[in-house]
Amino acid sequence: MTPRIEVSALDCLTLRLFDRIDERNMPWLLAAAERLTERLGSALIDLVPSYTTLLIHYDLNRLTVDQARAAVLDALNGLTAAEDLGGREHLVPVWYDRRVGPELALIAERAGLEVDTVIERHAAHAYQVFALGFAPGFAFMGLVEECLATPRLATPRKRVAAGSVGIADRQTAAYPVASPGGWNLIGRTPVRLFDYRQDGYSLLRPGDRVRFEPIDHAAFLRLGGDDSAMPAMEHDR
Amino acid sequence: MSLRIERTRALALLQDDGRFGVRHLGVTQGGALDWVSMRWANWLLGNALAAPVLEITLGGLALSVEADGVLGLAGADLGATLDGAPLPPWRAVAVRRGQRLAFDGPKLGVRAYLAAPGGFEAPALLGSCATVVREGLGGLEGDGKPVAEGDVLRWRGPLPEHRRMPATAIPDWSGSATLDVVVGAQIGGFDGQSLFDAFNTPWQIDTRSDRMGMRLLGPALRSKTRTMISEGVPLGAVQVPPDGQPIVLLNDRQTIGGYPRIGALTPLAIARLAQCLPGSAVRLRPVVAAQAQQAHRRALASWP
Repeated sequence: MTPRIEVSALDCLTLRLFDRIDERNMPWLLAAAERLTERLGSALIDLVPSYTTLLIHYDLNRLTVDQARAAVLDALNGLTAAEDLGGREHLVPVWYDRRVGPELALIAERAGLEVDTVIERHAAHAYQVFALGFAPGFAFMGLVEECLATPRLATPRKRVAAGSVGIADRQTAAYPVASPGGWNLIGRTPVRLFDYRQDGYSLLRPGDRVRFEPIDHAAFLRLGGDDSAMPAMEHDR
Repeated sequence: MSLRIERTRALALLQDDGRFGVRHLGVTQGGALDWVSMRWANWLLGNALAAPVLEITLGGLALSVEADGVLGLAGADLGATLDGAPLPPWRAVAVRRGQRLAFDGPKLGVRAYLAAPGGFEAPALLGSCATVVREGLGGLEGDGKPVAEGDVLRWRGPLPEHRRMPATAIPDWSGSATLDVVVGAQIGGFDGQSLFDAFNTPWQIDTRSDRMGMRLLGPALRSKTRTMISEGVPLGAVQVPPDGQPIVLLNDRQTIGGYPRIGALTPLAIARLAQCLPGSAVRLRPVVAAQAQQAHRRALASWP
């Protein structure tokens, strides 16, 4: 790991720690985030982790670019990977069904597997949250097994229902609120993923681990899920 | 102490500085696009500079005054009138109950900022009232909706100061804008011709522009950086998707993105861009961060 510090804006630096997506990146990114938070103190406005980087937004009135860069270098001095990720483990219930997961059959067909096997395999792993983005509380998680990897839809849906669980390449995610989206949908969770009235706001955070638990239709409804059907898309690939 | 929205076909949004400390949760920044004009609107009344204001885009808005008071108006000249008499921006104006305030259409600039004594009342969500329609966050009811007919905008403060703006502080928006870019990010991936074009040709602002980003039309810029792993993107970032036409990312942008960037506009350039009409031409100018920071600090010192 050779950290690089790049100027991203007048008040932002990008700290680039890795060049590829890897679950082993996270302990380093979280350790760096902790050090930076301590070192920059109230001069730090926002810190946005992603797969390989941290975007550091600092107060332009407190630090010059050179001072910010020096502070980041100082914070990284002697950095070691976090032993304890500090992340939480979540069990997120999902109703895997064609009615709310219209791409289940497509993924099964591509993989040469039964639909039930696709569900089993998707639910068999604890996925790491790499980053939040796209929408409040939208967690990019991975990595799903190679055989389930499926590229995004050629034409995104105008509306994906809240709670929809999908796959894009080797990533998986759940939509916190209804929004446009191009992920392959395989099911739906009744869990509320983002709520600004709740402490912490977002259920999932970078560094957390998420395991999906298949539930049946009755359990989905009991947990407050909305089972309105999601129409299938034309596939032109 | 309030204003009632009589009629609107404008995008009129309650805004302040935006949300901070929550971007790692995927929550965007939001806030007034032309933060300089927002500050002047508040300064005119002696408010905190980031008190909640109404950001009025392009005009088509009429309000009735429901209590005597003083309002601050800054930013674009949207042909505002008070009971039919012209009301140019960059001033505080005394209003009386029963008067009608209207914003007709753009004469100079795009976004007008209307401030009220102590700021408009709106719930603070995640530390801000900034309206982000896409996220359903902020605004009058906290649900991300623009102001609509029948809405009542209340203000909190007592009778404010009534300040006069120094004439030298009124920005000059005549002629085409030159926007300072702090170069960096993935600029090394662009070829020489693209770098020349980026800073030596006029760019036209596309009509497909909104609070998430403004698209610029001109020569295609080519980067050898094809696919990028998504990373946090700053306000003002100039990103270049595969079609080669840059997009300047603004306050309502997504928090992470994966297109190569040549750098980012300075905060002052972002405020200027917010006042450029679709179809108008802008130029990009590379600047050194240290100089841009001095210019920024000088600008901040201009609110006495």
